[in-house]
Amino acid sequence: MSDMSRSGMDRMKENLKALKQTVIGSFLRSGRPTSDRSRAAVMFNNFFLHVQGVKTHVNTLRPAYTLGLGLASFFLLMITTVSGVLLMIYYNPSIENAYNSVKDITYVVFAGKLARNMHKWAGEGMILFVLFHMARVFYTGSYKSGREFNWLIGIVLLIITFGINLTGYILPWDQLSYWAFVIVANIIASPKELTDSLGITQYFDIGGFSKELFLGGLTPGKEALTRIYLFHIMLFPILLFTVLGAHFWRIRKDGGLTKPENFLTTAVDGEMLTLPEKKGGIFSTNKTYGLMELAKGRTPAVDKDIENTVLSWPNLLLAEAAVFFLCLAAVVVYSFYADAPLKELANPLIPENPAKAPWYFLGLQELLSYSAFMGGVGVPGLALLGLALIPYLDREQEHVGIWFSSQQGKAVALRAMAVGAMVLIALLVFVINFGWFRTWWPNVPQLLITLINPGTIWVGFMIAWSFIVIRKTGSTRMGAIALFTLFLVSYVILTYVGTELRGPNWDFYWSKSQWPVH
Amino acid sequence: MNSETRDKAVVSRRDFLGTASLGMVVLSALSLFAGIFRMSKANVRYEEATKFKIGTAENFPVGTVKKLDDKGVFIFSTDDGLHAISSVCTHLGCIVAVSETGFQCPCHGSKYDENGKVIGGPAPRNLAWLEISRSVDGSLMVDTASAVPAGTRLKLIA
Repeated sequence: MSDMSRSGMDRMKENLKALKQTVIGSFLRSGRPTSDRSRAAVMFNNFFLHVQGVKTHVNTLRPAYTLGLGLASFFLLMITTVSGVLLMIYYNPSIENAYNSVKDITYVVFAGKLARNMHKWAGEGMILFVLFHMARVFYTGSYKSGREFNWLIGIVLLIITFGINLTGYILPWDQLSYWAFVIVANIIASPKELTDSLGITQYFDIGGFSKELFLGGLTPGKEALTRIYLFHIMLFPILLFTVLGAHFWRIRKDGGLTKPENFLTTAVDGEMLTLPEKKGGIFSTNKTYGLMELAKGRTPAVDKDIENTVLSWPNLLLAEAAVFFLCLAAVVVYSFYADAPLKELANPLIPENPAKAPWYFLGLQELLSYSAFMGGVGVPGLALLGLALIPYLDREQEHVGIWFSSQQGKAVALRAMAVGAMVLIALLVFVINFGWFRTWWPNVPQLLITLINPGTIWVGFMIAWSFIVIRKTGSTRMGAIALFTLFLVSYVILTYVGTELRGPNWDFYWSKSQWPVH
Repeated sequence: MNSETRDKAVVSRRDFLGTASLGMVVLSALSLFAGIFRMSKANVRYEEATKFKIGTAENFPVGTVKKLDDKGVFIFSTDDGLHAISSVCTHLGCIVAVSETGFQCPCHGSKYDENGKVIGGPAPRNLAWLEISRSVDGSLMVDTASAVPAGTRLKLIA
């Protein structure tokens, strides 16, 4: 008996000594990643890592191809999630306390200001990087060859990103929040403009109904804030993470990122990457995806050799870590120098003058100043529809994975940028100098303004120009490049005009220093 | 379903039950969504009443305009009587201010004349004229939820 217990104690001591090794071993399942086989096993066995392939194509790892934009959007989301949970420790979503709790977070809570700044700037950074990422995917033709639906998922993610930013903007309940909220609530009610013109509002008041549903009442008050909070911390995050999961999963199922058909590695690639130990080795060169092939017929990876791939551990993970630390550093440094704004407590009696939405909506607000319905619902709806339809209207499969497809694509994009900028600026100059229908004929019916205003004329021009390009080049891809470039041009120009050139009463000013003193 | 039954236009029991249960599933799903929407439409609102008292006519000497800030209403007193014009811009709900020509909105530059008629900017409708009525205790009441045709004034008979 005593012999047995002693040997038991010995065994226990040995186990204790080996604790570090056994825990790490059980975590990694197949030991330290020291050989190609175990490096592959690390990726394969880990819940979080296996959403990525064991091997990664060299093209994916070239910084100039992806620019790390999608990853940056994801890491910014991680930063907002962590900082957001920290803010929730003190934030109180009631109109009595919301403003004071945000003020406390900013001025009293330890590191509260940093957490709030990081949350704000990482969140707004998401808008920029999601748009940049969309542009990268578009210009490299990566919405093609089986990835059409993932482009749609991306559009949904873009919408959620805007929604989550907007609802976050309202929570501090200061003057900026309140009047942005009033404007958004009335954008939701703006179909009334159309139903009024048609004289059917009393039977079918879709605008009023949606607004009441959104606000939980008729005015932006305490129920409204509760709903906005619910959207911001619960509904949108759940949707965002769920849809994002599908977005990532599809990248994997589509055989990784796009790459050019005739891909060649260069000497630089060899210097940057850890190459496989030997050719062949544990991986066969004809990848077949046996079961998946049976289930789906084919995948984009079938019948393509696996040349030009390297192990994801450590190549891909190092690249990802680099993007992550760059994002984190940029957000921390920016948050250290720039503070998230906090104006006076919301006052429903005195609108800000000018009352401006957050900058990412100021392009829309410029359109809103022509017609509420078209600016707030019609034109953005058309823009999103146009973006969503791109992969289905342009089904050419050539030149996937090449920036701008070809020299011609570059020329088309440049021309669309130049012509688009000139036409849009000319249109804005005209409107700012001469006004629109109502300035000339005060009794013009509202329906005419709703249908024909600078916003709808611009959309008409975008569509017409894309058709001209398709006819001239005989290529739908070129038409898509023109359309998407025009979309980016209008987003940038309209946002600039709304942010910098519009002052009190939404009048035109070259600079804020010319605003009348009041 | 084989061709024989189709000719007789007889639906088999299995098909009928299958289709019927599928229909019930769709119907339940629809009523679930309708219920969620109906639940979100508040039955109780913790808001101020749209109807409020503004005191007696002596508060409004002829020839004056009073802006009731917290109610979003202008009260005009003229020789023809009293009328109330909403100060909520019909474009996107900002509060308009009195200008030389009538009213002006700070948010998107909508302009109205002194009767609330749109004369410039993006506003799709004229400013609402609101109902003024007499309460039983003799004071006047305004209802911001009840619009009246422009030009409707409450005659003040001494």
